[in-house]
Amino acid sequence: MRFDWLLRQSDQIAQLFLWHLWLSVLPVVIGLALALPAGGLIQRLPRLKAVLLNLLGLLYTIPSLALFILLPGILGTRILDTVNVMVALVIYAFALLVRTVCDGLDSVSPDTRQAAIALGYKPFHQFLTIDLPVAIPVIAAGFRVAVVSNVSIVSIAALVGTPQLGSLFTQGFQLQFLTPIIAGVVLCVLLALLLDSLVVYGTHKLVVWQPARRKS
Amino acid sequence: MIAWFADSSHWLGDDGLLLLIWQHLLYSAVALVCTLLVAFPIGCYCGHTGKGERVLIGCANALRALPSFGLIIILVIILGPVFTSDLAFIIPSLIVLIVLALPSVMLGVWSGITSIDRTVIDAARGMGYSPWRLLLTVELPCALPLIISGIRSATLQIISTATIAAYVSLGGLGRLIIDGRAQSDYQQMIAGALLVAVLALLVDFIFSLLIRVVVSPGILRRETSQKSSVPSILTRNRS
Repeated sequence: MRFDWLLRQSDQIAQLFLWHLWLSVLPVVIGLALALPAGGLIQRLPRLKAVLLNLLGLLYTIPSLALFILLPGILGTRILDTVNVMVALVIYAFALLVRTVCDGLDSVSPDTRQAAIALGYKPFHQFLTIDLPVAIPVIAAGFRVAVVSNVSIVSIAALVGTPQLGSLFTQGFQLQFLTPIIAGVVLCVLLALLLDSLVVYGTHKLVVWQPARRKS
Repeated sequence: MIAWFADSSHWLGDDGLLLLIWQHLLYSAVALVCTLLVAFPIGCYCGHTGKGERVLIGCANALRALPSFGLIIILVIILGPVFTSDLAFIIPSLIVLIVLALPSVMLGVWSGITSIDRTVIDAARGMGYSPWRLLLTVELPCALPLIISGIRSATLQIISTATIAAYVSLGGLGRLIIDGRAQSDYQQMIAGALLVAVLALLVDFIFSLLIRVVVSPGILRRETSQKSSVPSILTRNRS
């Protein structure tokens, strides 16, 4: 490790870290925002549910590097555009989270639903104020997975020229110099841990009515 | 694009598609076999005895956060000078592929065995099954759906990470993407990306067939009526 090099490059590394943070957080948040209504809809179409979830699973199967390169052809963007990476990450987060949202809604007990219906809740109101809050623990477990794995997928975007911590890997490889690579790996892991604990903390705040729950 | 694929010079020869596809499959298969050899016994042990659960889950969560791309480059720089031939990048790439695929298989085997209805296992014990017989004839067959889904996500992860390893000169379909980028040959990049995507989808499809063929129908019926959401989340991992 050459710490003097790290100090000299600290501005650039901080910049890359912020880019990484941005690319890690925004896609999963968009993915969740899309997955909540989509999961709620799919839940109401039991016949289509299996088919749609399998199709989403197929999207998740496509290797990330391939998706980064195939998307420009589909979206009509330029191949080095950051938008491609952003869209690919949203697709992964969405594919993972729709299934989680469905699992979460499945975990709401029929008694709770019946009680809500008996109290005169309209379907939309019930989804928003009963089903979703009760499903939070399961959704949060899936959201943690999405957030953490997204942090490491982002670093692959360095291969298509999007600047973030992964750029330290390519830079280190070209110079045959370990310091930037180790710094990049450590920062990636720290970022993943930080975001993960934020999600855990947020979930804890959201489900105050529940007694301490088993964490996975 | 069709013209690119129709050109036979792209298929044959020293860097032709056929060879690259073969290399991609070969490296993936070697990594998968090594992963299974290591992960299976560990998963069986933890599942059968119920020990080491925390270590297993903690390990899997920690590995999910590690950027595989950085890991490959570190190992190539450190181990590269030790080997003289092509092994200088093959060995480090294989190590990373195996390390990344391990948790999915271990968790698949472990969660498969632990999610079996306790009464089934107790019944087998009561009938005088020895631990080995219990593991081989009751626990593993009942755990097959989750075991296969663990192996499935491990395989997909290996295939997609092998693409990235082309950056450190590993052969396989990633070559088309990395070389295409270096030469600004977008046709070649897109061809590579398409082939990798098709390969991944094909392998995924084969696994879905495998589940139908290998798993006892009685177990599959129970699996669909009794949704187990947690394991599917746990074994999912990708790069």
